[in-house]
Amino acid sequence: MTLDKFPANGNPIQYTQGDLIPLLQSIQERAGYLSPENVSEVARKLHISENEVYGVASFYTQFRFNAPGRHSIKICLGTACHVRSGQKLMEAIERELHIKPGETTSDGLFDLQRVACLGCCALAPVMQIDDQIFGRVTATRLKHILESYA
Amino acid sequence: MPDLAFRRKSAIENWDHLINNSQPVIYFGMASCGQAAGAAEVRKAVEEALDENFLSAHLINVGCIGPCYLEPIMDVAMPGWARVSYAHMTPAKAKKLVVDALKSGTPPLEDAVGVLEPVENRQTGGLPSFFDQPMLKPQVRIILRNCGLIDPEDLDHYLAHDGYQGLQNALNMRPEEVIEQVRLSGLRGRGGSGFPTARKWELCRAAPGEDKYLVCNADEGDPGAFMNRSLIEGDPHSLLEGLLIAGYAIGASHGVIYTRAEYPLAISRLRTALEQMRESGLLGSHILGSNFNFEIKIKEGAGAFVCGEETALFASIEGRRGMPRSRPPFPAISGLYGKPTVNNNVETISTLPHILRQGADWYHQYGTPNSTGTKTFSLVGKVRRTGLIEIPLGMTLRQIIFDIGGGTEKPFKAVQTGGPSGGCLSAEYLDLPVDYENLKKAGSIMGSGGLIVMDRDTCVVDLAHYFLEFIQKESCGKCVPCRIGTRHLVEILERITKGEGQQDDLDTLEHLAKTISQGSLCGLGQSAPNPVVTSLRSFRDEYEQHIQQGYCPAGVCRDLYQYEISQDACTGCRACVRVCPVDAIEGKLHEPHSIDSSKCIRCRACYETCRFDAIEGKPIQ
Repeated sequence: MTLDKFPANGNPIQYTQGDLIPLLQSIQERAGYLSPENVSEVARKLHISENEVYGVASFYTQFRFNAPGRHSIKICLGTACHVRSGQKLMEAIERELHIKPGETTSDGLFDLQRVACLGCCALAPVMQIDDQIFGRVTATRLKHILESYA
Repeated sequence: MPDLAFRRKSAIENWDHLINNSQPVIYFGMASCGQAAGAAEVRKAVEEALDENFLSAHLINVGCIGPCYLEPIMDVAMPGWARVSYAHMTPAKAKKLVVDALKSGTPPLEDAVGVLEPVENRQTGGLPSFFDQPMLKPQVRIILRNCGLIDPEDLDHYLAHDGYQGLQNALNMRPEEVIEQVRLSGLRGRGGSGFPTARKWELCRAAPGEDKYLVCNADEGDPGAFMNRSLIEGDPHSLLEGLLIAGYAIGASHGVIYTRAEYPLAISRLRTALEQMRESGLLGSHILGSNFNFEIKIKEGAGAFVCGEETALFASIEGRRGMPRSRPPFPAISGLYGKPTVNNNVETISTLPHILRQGADWYHQYGTPNSTGTKTFSLVGKVRRTGLIEIPLGMTLRQIIFDIGGGTEKPFKAVQTGGPSGGCLSAEYLDLPVDYENLKKAGSIMGSGGLIVMDRDTCVVDLAHYFLEFIQKESCGKCVPCRIGTRHLVEILERITKGEGQQDDLDTLEHLAKTISQGSLCGLGQSAPNPVVTSLRSFRDEYEQHIQQGYCPAGVCRDLYQYEISQDACTGCRACVRVCPVDAIEGKLHEPHSIDSSKCIRCRACYETCRFDAIEGKPIQ
């Protein structure tokens, strides 16, 4: 992967520190995660140390440093979901898939993350698989949903 | 400014043409929440039904109208008819409904919830107005007035509803006059602190320097709050118009919207709206032919609650770890990139077009003398009618939770206002009129507007633990009281929820809470102990039950209760037997069942399935 962007005048874009987070975001969107190679390349482009890049990336919950599964499951554990048994939903998923948050299933099909709030609080408990949001997820519904991705 | 006048005229014509239709129009509530409830499938089913039956209709996606518990919502406007709203749509129901309506020319009335304006010279079939429903009737919709009604991706729809009229009025005034209007309106920061908006602006306007920044905090980090997402998804131009007004008033030429990456739909709606603005001369240089130049950038946050704190937010925009710094200098003097900066919340900014369009006096009629206007709240948790609401400040919690929200299924216990930094208010506070000062006096905060309702099944100790765990994870680590103090709060609360609490734990909690709120650098730490302090005040006995009897009466802390089946209430329907994932429940049909506590993992599946209240959480023997 290359970060070089050439505008019409042919000169490469000069990145500044303000571009760091958007750059990391665009890499993660394409590659799914930030590899050590990505981090050192970004550090070179921005003329800052790898430590600084890691320092910023690890500060924010959005960035991950290991490869995701084919489908990413996000369980919302915002307050509304917590009050409506979101934690139980998380436990049910852990039981079904035998993984913990931050891990990927051995067949590489799913990875699991907990997120602070997906903003669909009125439909709690909520989970997201890739771009699709599911509201009012019960244990039975969860099984059906997961099966539809198998 | 001839251009916009011309554009507005044609926008109004287009809108009139749409609603005085000769063609049926079908509207889908397609905000993130509507999609989560299945609105996309509903729309797809309707499209198929139209194709299969050789029917045609105009399909429009709108934002969220508010009562999320009715989602997915679909409106059908037949020629000669008012726009009729239907709730709880499924693909099958929607298909049948649309085909019936289009073939007969009459919208089916049985399942309709109500009709939307305009109704003059139109048939309504005797249906009530959508806004006469108990959830909507007590509300005053100013900020949300377009949400769920117009197509958020169509600038014409916004213009036809007086869009950018406020900006035109502002550009006809001097910036100082705009600030004066906002001062007279009494508008206070809707992000939660309630700082008078006009005063913040004056400081920044007066600050030396040519380059000034306007930052819009759309990093809605409170878990359990979604007002900003809904507003941006449903009416993005109202925020952008407000940004232009604020930018003009403070003399800024750059605006930055800092938003959550978790809100992809809101971001895409903003991007679309920004392009439309540029095409229409509402962005860039010489906006609407004036001398006002303004650019707006979107910055996607990367997930850090502390970035709701303005100096941390600036650090994040600058590409650094989002850590707050001590003040002074205040952002109005030295903020983003060291330049004078105003940071306003989405809701504050979105209120501006209305104030500039209808005047400060008009706005002042809503709310209380010190907390004027309206405020949006996300009403969620264990309340019957969940959703996004907008109310005049000064309404009591009882009116909000019981009249608008319809109360709770099981007995009401408490409400958390202000998110993780707010407080847990018990039934004795229900008649408290909601405004900045009252909430503060009650030990809570207005916050950005999350209202989380709890019933008897919510354990206050567990919830306090949840909030503190959240705060502790989000603590940036810069100052000691917050970094280490919250960690200790979490450890003690965890101990209590596991039945390992000690007698002096409650005193230690109170002592620690004081130290943390007095010693922390920023608002995150200063308000971090609020959930513990307020819940201890109202529910000390529940904490003591956890510590002394090892019993969680709400049945949440899993080591502190066991499920038993009431032999009197159980009808022997076997529903619980079927859902139990570990086969811990036994019993024959029509005979009372029993639970083997040694197998039970307390996943709550039986408790939620039982329709006879026969499953009870009891102290462990």
